[in-house]
Amino acid sequence: MRLSKQATLLVLAALIVVAPIFFPSGYYFRVGSLLFVNSLAVVGVVILTGYAGQISLGHAGFAAIGAYACALAPVHLHVHPSIAAIIGAVLSAVVAYLVGRPILRLKGYYLAVASLGFGILVSMVLANEIAITGGPDGIKVPELGLRAVLADWGLELTNAQFWYAFSGLVLLVGSWLALNLYNSPTGRALRGLHESEIAARTVGVDVAQAKLVAFMISAVYASVSGSLLALQNRLITPDIAGYMHSIEIVTMAVLGGVGSVLGAIFGASILTLLPQLLTVFQEYEQVMLGLVMMLAMIFMPRGLLPSIVGLVRGRGE
Amino acid sequence: MSLLAVEGLGISFGELHAVRNVGFSMKPGEIVSVIGPNGAGKTTLFNMISGIYLPKSGTVHLGGEDVTGMSPHLLARRGLSRTFQNLQIFQAMTVLENVMVGYHLHERGPVIADLLGLSSSRRRSHEAEEKARMLLERVGLVRAAEKEAGSLSYGALKRLEIARALALKPKVLLLDEPAAGCNAVETEEIDHLIAELAADGIAILLVEHDMKMVMRISNHIVVLDFGEKIAEGDPATVSRNPRVIQAYLGTQAAEVTYAVG
Ligand SMILES: Nc1ncnc2c1ncn2[C@@H]1O[C@H](COP(=O)(O)OP(=O)(O)OP(=O)(O)O)[C@@H](O)[C@H]1O
Ligand SMILES: [Mg+2]
Repeated sequence: MRLSKQATLLVLAALIVVAPIFFPSGYYFRVGSLLFVNSLAVVGVVILTGYAGQISLGHAGFAAIGAYACALAPVHLHVHPSIAAIIGAVLSAVVAYLVGRPILRLKGYYLAVASLGFGILVSMVLANEIAITGGPDGIKVPELGLRAVLADWGLELTNAQFWYAFSGLVLLVGSWLALNLYNSPTGRALRGLHESEIAARTVGVDVAQAKLVAFMISAVYASVSGSLLALQNRLITPDIAGYMHSIEIVTMAVLGGVGSVLGAIFGASILTLLPQLLTVFQEYEQVMLGLVMMLAMIFMPRGLLPSIVGLVRGRGE
Repeated sequence: MSLLAVEGLGISFGELHAVRNVGFSMKPGEIVSVIGPNGAGKTTLFNMISGIYLPKSGTVHLGGEDVTGMSPHLLARRGLSRTFQNLQIFQAMTVLENVMVGYHLHERGPVIADLLGLSSSRRRSHEAEEKARMLLERVGLVRAAEKEAGSLSYGALKRLEIARALALKPKVLLLDEPAAGCNAVETEEIDHLIAELAADGIAILLVEHDMKMVMRISNHIVVLDFGEKIAEGDPATVSRNPRVIQAYLGTQAAEVTYAVG
């Protein structure tokens, strides 16, 4: 079963709007906006991995480009932070093109390995170029300023509420774009080459170029996600480019079900919320997290959401 | 002038000369069959013509242009399309979507329009869908259009591959064992379809083990054995050739003679 575009967006919008009713405290708005930011990067992975079948282990590098653009461009180029985020997105697309072009001509797992190298390179540059990036201690990020504008219009939100709503909105837009792509000529070409590159090529799909397009689009998703994270935290450290972050993004998508936007967001929810729940296990938190992930992949290899939906439907019959 | 001209084509895998010095040519609307025992090099020949393998020697000309070793997607733009002996289906996509991907060259447009779901993008998809349905009608699969392709029978998938290859609107169509795994009725349908396509002016290069079908519909037959061309000519000539009968010793020899009568 596959929800239509409209149904997916409706479910997503409803969840975003309704969830705050159950929030016991303002802290949950922060968790929610972190979830949306993660989900945005994960939706990019749906396009790259779910549609096109390519794996990147370096997407944190693009998140870092988006994040540091928001910290640096306002200072050095005197632009508004929103423009800085756009600069970051364009830069990410250009870097994805330069990194992806030579790699994507090759087959198999080259992209995974090469992108891992790219991510590590970015985090090393960020940690070592202390004069510009502030090094391991991180760097301050200016205020986006949109909340003040809304307040002028009479819409008073707390900082956490604002970022919850804003990230939620960006996630909806990102999901809408990904869903448009799914049923478009480009989306079909990507899904086709995922299953048989040979067949896709013989019907005229320029496979190397199509993969590159998917890689660039997903890099922009990661970049915008990094920008949002930087702008809401107001501080950014090179950790954002760490390979753990890259792996986290891919794991979220695969855990939930990388073939669909909703599945991937479900995976992001689990991996964002689970650590909050697992804190009761204290020092064993990471171990428990690893265990949950392993079990999920062993027993639900298609991802949690498709498997759960399958189970429920199977029972119903 | 010939539409497809193959000259001195050869390739080897290690010590094995899978195809050696094979040549033939075909005109629009012509049905040329390549026959030969298992392992004779028929599929390998297809793979070289369609740009999947780079030939070690020889040339392929398409519409007068030297296209030797050109990428499959560039050959597709020049009107060369094919099906696969060992099915290459987009299993998780619907039957309809499989054929729509075949329309890629006609339906593609700016990626940004696809992302934003602009009306231009939706119109392109819509046109592709209509044409894909017509092709599915033609191969008798229109009722399975919304099914996941992976759920179809082998014979149905063979026909789906033909529909996808036709979506390209090819000038030259390579069919590698299109009737394998099909029942008698389906085989007859494919037989008719191939004749219709040739009548439309498409040059058809066919590999098929069903000798009755080959002898009935081919204008010209090329016989391969151990990678080499051992005979060629019209069906009657080829089936009387002692080397062909030699190569086909056993059950198939009887079939060859039987088919020609
Ligand atoms: N990629 C490859 N690497 C090594 N050997 C190969 C390769 N492709 C084909 N061959 C060998 O080349 C020879 C010709 O194979 P090919 O598949 O072209 O035969 P065929 O005539 O299509 O046979 P069939 O009727 O069984 O389909 C065989 O011996 C095969 O094992
Ligand atoms: Mg073969």
